[in-house]
Amino acid sequence: MILGSINPAVLMAALMVAATPILLAAIGELVVEKSGVLNLGVEGMMIMGACLGFIVAVNTGSPFLGFVGAAFAGMALSLLFALLTQALMTNQVASGLALTLFGLGLSALLGQRYVGITPPRTPKLDLGPLSDIPFLGRAIFSHDIMVYLTIALVAAVWWFLKYSRAGMILRAVGENHDAAHALGYHVKRVRVLAIMFGGACAGLGGAYLSLIRVPQWTEGMTVGAGWIALALVVFASWRPWRAMAGAYLFGGIVVLQLNLQAAGVKIPVEYLSMSPYLITIAVLVFISSGKARGSSNAPGSLNRPFHASS
Amino acid sequence: MIRLEKRKEPSKFWRIANPFLAVALTMIAGGIMFAMLGKDPITAIRLIFFDPIFSETFGSYSRPQLLIKSAPLILIAVGLAIGFKANIWNIGAEGQYIIGALFGAGVALAFFPQPGWYIFPLMVIAGAFGGFLWAMIPAILKTRFNTNEILVSLLLVYVAEKILAAMALGLMRNPDIAGFPGSRDLRRYEAAYNAELISGTGIHWGVVAALIAVIFAYAMMTRHMLGYHVQLAGQAPRAARFGGVSPARLVVICLGISGALAGLAGMFEVSGPGGQVRIEFASGYGFTAIIVAFLGRLNPIGIVLAGLLLGLTYIGGELGQMMLQLPGAAIQVFQGMLLFFLLALDFQTNYRIRLTQGARA
Repeated sequence: MILGSINPAVLMAALMVAATPILLAAIGELVVEKSGVLNLGVEGMMIMGACLGFIVAVNTGSPFLGFVGAAFAGMALSLLFALLTQALMTNQVASGLALTLFGLGLSALLGQRYVGITPPRTPKLDLGPLSDIPFLGRAIFSHDIMVYLTIALVAAVWWFLKYSRAGMILRAVGENHDAAHALGYHVKRVRVLAIMFGGACAGLGGAYLSLIRVPQWTEGMTVGAGWIALALVVFASWRPWRAMAGAYLFGGIVVLQLNLQAAGVKIPVEYLSMSPYLITIAVLVFISSGKARGSSNAPGSLNRPFHASS
Repeated sequence: MIRLEKRKEPSKFWRIANPFLAVALTMIAGGIMFAMLGKDPITAIRLIFFDPIFSETFGSYSRPQLLIKSAPLILIAVGLAIGFKANIWNIGAEGQYIIGALFGAGVALAFFPQPGWYIFPLMVIAGAFGGFLWAMIPAILKTRFNTNEILVSLLLVYVAEKILAAMALGLMRNPDIAGFPGSRDLRRYEAAYNAELISGTGIHWGVVAALIAVIFAYAMMTRHMLGYHVQLAGQAPRAARFGGVSPARLVVICLGISGALAGLAGMFEVSGPGGQVRIEFASGYGFTAIIVAFLGRLNPIGIVLAGLLLGLTYIGGELGQMMLQLPGAAIQVFQGMLLFFLLALDFQTNYRIRLTQGARA
């Protein structure tokens, strides 16, 4: 029996690991889009994070410093995007694409001497007796710290957007930048900060791939994770908890598909491994068709350039 | 203080001048990058941009390569540019390129080893149709369900890559050689071989197709009603709708044209320079073509020049790898930088820098 050989606790554990990188990137992009900016460079920032995080971790021997480096790498690339779109008023779609193409190239260049190396191991967080609970201990309470930090980040972003004053300003800027400007808010400053946050998150997501999930560095290793994160934001209709639900759902599909491959199902590996992309498209269609709620939840000023005329 | 002032009309001068300026800046920044990699920047830049054409030793090999590399870029970019003008973003040309190649090769492999003059034309039709079909997925999802065409077309690239791998390992694998992935070599099958038309020039049917596509696109954009609708929809979508332009129809047309052209490019590649369906067949032409389209100012004539330039960087990159051990990824960085500089410079096209003294007027 094929499905019988899959342990649900292991599956659940693997699902959380598979979901974390795209959730990190998605929660960052969610904040960026909430501020009215569409950054299509997530893939590029993720792969730069994966690369730089790996390089720093290998050279210092510290995964923690690796993650810090990755966040800075993603942020540095996002600053380039901010410079282009906010200061020089370039087209956001084109600039995001440029970011992705540039990031893929630069990471391949920087990482070429790191192919085939094993990074320092990120320890599992010691949760004491929690890890010994049957089923739940194995499934939920035996992960590295990034898994939990990511969930905490989702909670923080949810609280920030919903209850904090700064979060409301950010939403106002994203909803109607002219009105926000008239009220005296600094539209561009808010947006640049949001873009930087998004870059740091994408970088962390990339480093999670190269340091924990895979863990290795290979050229182009994100294989579309950044784009899936972008789709996830639409799927979540710009709500943090729904982004998390979506990421876990997606992680589940990825893990199930990998397990089916390992169990030797009679479907060629290539067809199984295209399922995550196909399912992402199917979900996008479902959400955007308007039958599902929240499809019109997109920020009002999304992807519209802002130029104060006075 | 410095501030930006929006121009009433985009500056014509900067529109033309910026691509040249961007290339110059990329050469400088690229030189710095090469110096940081420990290579002599002047030699490296010369090797990439001049030696493929003018060098005595490499020229005879690399000159024909120029057209071979540029033709698919131009073919794809011409199609993409039409969509970009109307704000319809097909960024999955790489996927349409792969599917076009598979359709074309599929026809060839189905007829193997029969001779027949009709086989190659059938492959051309199949290639265009394959790319068209693959582009219709985002198009129909966009018009029927309002699904974002950027994400769908891009995600389909990964799906196409998986199909390519499945074909190379399964259905299309050469049955005569056991154990190796990859199809029969189409260059050894005369009826399907997209051979050089004039020996030593690199001109194959794909180059001819690119030329025809450029002429058609130019005529369409400047002389035909459809071209006018495309421009109108891009610049004033509301006015276009009142003017009776159907947005859905435009999405289908733009994605259809660019998909078919990308499919053609893939078909000419697999039946000629590429030779066979392999896992590593896709080489990023579909993504580089996006840069070509922007660098060429979304104008068919400009795209020819931009396509030749980026084709040159491919060959120069290979030369650099051979002669200076430059990493292959350096060329990707180069191409990315080019797009960055172009976008950054374009603020001059739409804005004017004003220096104001003290308080704002």
